[in-house]
Amino acid sequence: MRTLKFAAALIAATTLAAPAFAWQPTKAIEFVATAGPGGGTDNFARAVQAAIVKNKLLDQAIVVVNKGGGSGAEGYTYEKGMAGDPYHLVFGTSNTWQQPMVSKVAFKQSDFTPIAAMVQDEFLLWVKQDGPKDVKAYIEAMKARNGAGKMGGAQSKDTDELLTRMIEKTAGIKMIYVPFKSGAEAAVQLAGGHVDSHVNNPSESIGQWKGGTQRPLCVFNTKRLAAGPKITATEGWSDIPTCVEAGLNIPLFQQPRTVWLPLKVTPEQTAFYVDLMKKVQATPEWKDYVEKSSQTQVFLTGAAFTDYMTQDMERVHKVAEEQGWLVK
Amino acid sequence: MQNFDLLMHGFSIAISVPHIALMIGGVLLGILVGVLPGLGAPNGVSLLLPITFGMQPVSAIILLSSIYWGALFGGSVTSILFNIPGEPSSVATTFDGYPMARSGRATQALATAFGSAAFGAMVGVVLITCLASWIAGVALEFGPAEYFAVYFLAFSSFIGVGGSPPMKTVVSLTIGFAIAAIGMDTVSGQVRLTMGIDELVKGVNFVVAVMGLFGIGELLIAVEEEMHARAVSSRIDWGEVFRTIVGLPRHGWVLLRSAAIGCWMGITPGGPTAASFMSYGIAKRVSRRRDKFGTGEPEGIVAPETADHAAGTSALLPMLSLGIPGSATAAVMMGGLMIWGLNPGPALFTEQPDFVWGLIASMYLGNIVAVILVLLTVPIFAALMRLPFFIIAPLIFIVCVVGAYSVSNSYLDVVLMMGFGVLGYLFKKLDYPLAPLVLAIVIGDKAEDAFRQSMLMSQGSLGIFFGNALVTTLVAMGFALLVVPPLLRLIGVWRRPVRPA
Repeated sequence: MRTLKFAAALIAATTLAAPAFAWQPTKAIEFVATAGPGGGTDNFARAVQAAIVKNKLLDQAIVVVNKGGGSGAEGYTYEKGMAGDPYHLVFGTSNTWQQPMVSKVAFKQSDFTPIAAMVQDEFLLWVKQDGPKDVKAYIEAMKARNGAGKMGGAQSKDTDELLTRMIEKTAGIKMIYVPFKSGAEAAVQLAGGHVDSHVNNPSESIGQWKGGTQRPLCVFNTKRLAAGPKITATEGWSDIPTCVEAGLNIPLFQQPRTVWLPLKVTPEQTAFYVDLMKKVQATPEWKDYVEKSSQTQVFLTGAAFTDYMTQDMERVHKVAEEQGWLVK
Repeated sequence: MQNFDLLMHGFSIAISVPHIALMIGGVLLGILVGVLPGLGAPNGVSLLLPITFGMQPVSAIILLSSIYWGALFGGSVTSILFNIPGEPSSVATTFDGYPMARSGRATQALATAFGSAAFGAMVGVVLITCLASWIAGVALEFGPAEYFAVYFLAFSSFIGVGGSPPMKTVVSLTIGFAIAAIGMDTVSGQVRLTMGIDELVKGVNFVVAVMGLFGIGELLIAVEEEMHARAVSSRIDWGEVFRTIVGLPRHGWVLLRSAAIGCWMGITPGGPTAASFMSYGIAKRVSRRRDKFGTGEPEGIVAPETADHAAGTSALLPMLSLGIPGSATAAVMMGGLMIWGLNPGPALFTEQPDFVWGLIASMYLGNIVAVILVLLTVPIFAALMRLPFFIIAPLIFIVCVVGAYSVSNSYLDVVLMMGFGVLGYLFKKLDYPLAPLVLAIVIGDKAEDAFRQSMLMSQGSLGIFFGNALVTTLVAMGFALLVVPPLLRLIGVWRRPVRPA
């Protein structure tokens, strides 16, 4: 009896001493990237993997698997089936809640346990190198095209098209939205002059900007992006005006990069991964990833994350309703 | 000439003891992942990606591209020996490679495949070296309409090639298109044809379909034929390898034409799969020995293999210069580039000349290392054919099941693969051609996307396919391939002069 009490006390003591270690993974962990190899979400998952491996934040191995089929629905559907298994993390975007709204997929955002939003990817309005010189000229040019101006983007009814429809409404113009498989593809199409513009993330088009095939007109953020090194001979990210400054009144449009566990995991397991992701954010590898891809670091978890989601869902819902995208 | 200097500089980076060792290691590993279908080059490369995080970018890309070369070669092994193509681009190799191996000429078939593959790859690299900057511009000319025209060309160069009745070809194509339509539709964002199976939202993976259609389908046929004479004698004979390679220049014209098709399709982003099918189709049309195609004709191996590797190699150029990956493996490597801190795109050539030219130099060396290693292994692989059927059959079955599962760790894929096996068996029994089905599965959804994107852009006018010289030429060539042969046949010019009665 006494030994039992002693043991109980000992256990209590150790748990108190190290609350972060209430649960520890004991086998390899799978990172499910809801994008194909080389996609933005794939790079995100692999950056987290690299930060953990290089800094030995975990004793267990990490395997990144790509399940990007169906614009990522493959990965989410897979993760949904993992309920109760804390060895599978899914890496995604706002698609976790946006996709179920606009297409008949087999998951919804409430099928997952949120861990964190770790970074916000930025959106910019891009035109071809010899295209309109600023946002005002762009809007005029689009008006003159009389509805035949083309905006390229990744996927249909996804963030790119959502933003396109918001631009149309704000600027009072009409455009043809041409969906491609990825932002990288849209960038190449713009370089070839097959579309007039796109709203890529910085990392999707930085190489093209450097190479002088296209340039950004404005960034959809309340403030300009961090300075960083010059991209072209004369300009860097901070030289690009915000869209509001440039005369297009869309103050903020971002793409959160998010991490989730399946349902039915314990609070200890959730806490372990929240803590792990926090540690990842402190590593030089992570900082390097955020800087190189010109994203903005955030750390939304718990209530802050849920609030953010609720707000974003309202916004998406509004546009989707106007456009008739909502799933019946 | 400037390119030449840069290349020499590249060689000085690539030729070092650790780099050569990396190449050998990478190639051997690549052959291994290539031989196991389902594992394949993209998976092999992504599994090793974490190891490269700590390496110099040049060393890392040398290792990864060597795996790629090895896997490309290895992929042909199973196509030829067991009728299981590991990559979409090796499908056309099975048409003549497998019959040739079955008739006891496995060594010759493998050596022919590797020899022509190496030739194709070399032409591709030389092209990259000489025309790097010019080529980069060509790919930019390709909008959705041009893409569609290229796919149309690929389809029409292959249709009517087989001896099957046109209606059967059409049926086979249509089933293929339907299968390609399963899953999320890019243009509308809607989920199609999932038949209540949630997981099907990802679509039907090509490898799963092909392993079933070819591997399991062939197995079922073999079982039905009561396993007679399934074990084929083949001697371990390095001399045979040598004689085959020396004899390759006899197919000089086929080699050159296929390399040209391959490079063209690699640069215009049609890709290796379209290239190999198109090259096979055209070879079958113009060859004097076209009646022998499908029964184990060496030219039927030379054509797709050369084009496949020429396209695979030249497809790396758009990746480096424009940031468009030409294949799944290239996409993984591109992910690697980003992690190593390089931005693929037009600026890469000017900003990172060491990296780019080191890589190009390693393409020369890597291919030479790969072809030597792989030729040495030919007789060993060929000896597999001597195993009796009751050992080989379960092995093939296991390889297919494991392969289908490992594509995306999914049991559904295994079930689908079995289903495709039955379909493949029925097709053979009823004498329907499999090639159009496979072609439609592989490039059907791309062709559909390109067509609908074009229609969006032109607001519904077909005029977009005649909008400029490039797209008009491509479409006209497609129609010509479709219409001219039957027309010629009709007026009797196409066939050889009528034999005297």
